[in-house]
Amino acid sequence: MAEPLLSVEGVSRRFGGLLAVGGVSMAVREGSITALIGPNGAGKTTMFALISGFLKPSDGIVRFGGADVTGEPAHRLARRGIARTFQIVQPFAGLTVRENIRVGAHLRHPERSAAFAAAEAVAREVGLEGLLDAPADSLTVAGRKRLELAKALATEPKLLLLDEVLAGLNPSEIRDIIPVIRSLRDRGITILMIEHVMQAVMSLAERVYVLAEGRLIAEGTPEGVAADAAVIEAYLGHGAAKRLARSP
Amino acid sequence: MKSFAPIALVIAVLTAVPLLVHSNVVLNFLVVALMIALAGQGWNILGGYGGQYSFGHAIFFGTGAYVTAILQVQYGINAWLAFGAGIVAGAAVGVVVGWLAFRAGLRGSYFALVTLAFAEVLRILASVAPITGAGVGTLVKLDLRFAALQFESRALFYWLILALVAVALVVTYAVERSRFGAWLTAVRENEDAARALGVDAVAVKLGAMVISGAITAAAGCFYVQYFLFVDSHIAYGAWISVEALLTPIIGGAGTIFGPLVGALVVKALGEGALLVTGQAPGLDLVVFGIVLIAVVGLSPRGIVGLRQQLGARFGSRRGAGEASRG
Ligand SMILES: Nc1ncnc2c1ncn2[C@@H]1O[C@H](COP(=O)(O)OP(=O)(O)OP(=O)(O)O)[C@@H](O)[C@H]1O
Ligand SMILES: [Mg+2]
Repeated sequence: MAEPLLSVEGVSRRFGGLLAVGGVSMAVREGSITALIGPNGAGKTTMFALISGFLKPSDGIVRFGGADVTGEPAHRLARRGIARTFQIVQPFAGLTVRENIRVGAHLRHPERSAAFAAAEAVAREVGLEGLLDAPADSLTVAGRKRLELAKALATEPKLLLLDEVLAGLNPSEIRDIIPVIRSLRDRGITILMIEHVMQAVMSLAERVYVLAEGRLIAEGTPEGVAADAAVIEAYLGHGAAKRLARSP
Repeated sequence: MKSFAPIALVIAVLTAVPLLVHSNVVLNFLVVALMIALAGQGWNILGGYGGQYSFGHAIFFGTGAYVTAILQVQYGINAWLAFGAGIVAGAAVGVVVGWLAFRAGLRGSYFALVTLAFAEVLRILASVAPITGAGVGTLVKLDLRFAALQFESRALFYWLILALVAVALVVTYAVERSRFGAWLTAVRENEDAARALGVDAVAVKLGAMVISGAITAAAGCFYVQYFLFVDSHIAYGAWISVEALLTPIIGGAGTIFGPLVGALVVKALGEGALLVTGQAPGLDLVVFGIVLIAVVGLSPRGIVGLRQQLGARFGSRRGAGEASRG
């Protein structure tokens, strides 16, 4: 099998006495959608920060496209082709949607008009073309999530890290955005997504990693992981798997 | 700003002023106002577009002034060359201060305090170092020749400072439209989000510091040629840090015309107040304060922002009227 696009080997991160991520190893196959799930506070967002260069690992190695990129700063990883969205969306609040996306587009398009053209193409892809001149801080939650996605996409990444882009959306908004994510994968972007909406994980991901209290407790297909006793216990509490098995 | 036309128009109108106005008092007023505008234009690149609020732009003004004066007086170097060297020195000091502050990750009020401290340290050093003339200051010899960059006529000084302001307007326009400017604004709005999009925030802020330092230093160089004297209070004193900061904020930080509008308004009000009440000391500062509170209270983006706000309101009302008619 070909080498994974992203591999994380025994990565740990401490915050003082707290081990937020402990000895986690993961591999993301090129062209796949991979999901990272786990209860609140499991260390998922911290894992993204370690992969995207916003935090340095206390221990372990991050490889991207075959190169050891451990500890490289965020902007350089973005140049290599890693883009992330933020769980708490981070728009450039004083700028319009067009100008927001343009910032990302400038990474591959130094020239002003080329960057604006690329930004408009990305806006169409995520369904923001009608709001290009709207100030970013006037958008609804769903609009902000799309903008977060658009900014990251504008950097033309190889690997896209999506941190709960569906959180806070209603079921119809979720139904609208799932095909967008799938089409990104279909045009060659590898996706690693943190997601609590299991319906989305089941329908999109080919492989799932499960974190709990900083440790990797399961990995496998969505169906396999959903049936895993350790996973059920992590979500529902100690003894839950047994109780579920006994109930008719 | 979408087009270059307003800039060309403003420069053209200002160029014509000495042809119509011959009063030395008025020209002197305009020269000083434009000099402050230039200092503010430098601040505006870093503070207005980059969101890095410096409280110590005297660092650059003073460096430009001293380099221009000392190279002429102590080393006999041609005034034009000394002027250019002063601008380069401002850019170089920008690299040093920026490197120290941004590499250390200083943001917000920490950055403001560090720039303030730098200016104070330089002021104290300049007040004791022999090369600056210490407490006595440095006098540039009167030599009213073009080659010495001194002019008998106020109008020529006016056109010199106007040319510098025009260059700074064009630089600001170019920054605003460029990738660098987009990145700089992104860093102002949200530094983490910018880094995630591949923006090297330290490099971008450093670049802004260099441009900012060069422009504000040019104002200091001009000061020396115009007044032929500099000492540590003039060069590195808080007065110029305050004026370089307040004129763009009052006029409209992060807008092309903000510093120019702010400098003209504030200086005019200050002069007006002095005329009405006699020469009460510190009154111009009181005027500064009142104008600042009034403008910031009305419009966070200064006078230029206020005009844009009103324009938008008027425009949309007119649009609604047309719609109802149609
Ligand atoms: N910068 C930080 N300093 C100290 N502790 C932190 C920091 N960032 C995260 N933590 C802690 O690390 C743990 C993991 O947090 P993280 O945000 O990675 O969890 P998560 O899996 O993304 O949770 P959620 O599903 O709620 O988003 C939490 O206990 C959190 O409080
Ligand atoms: Mg999280």
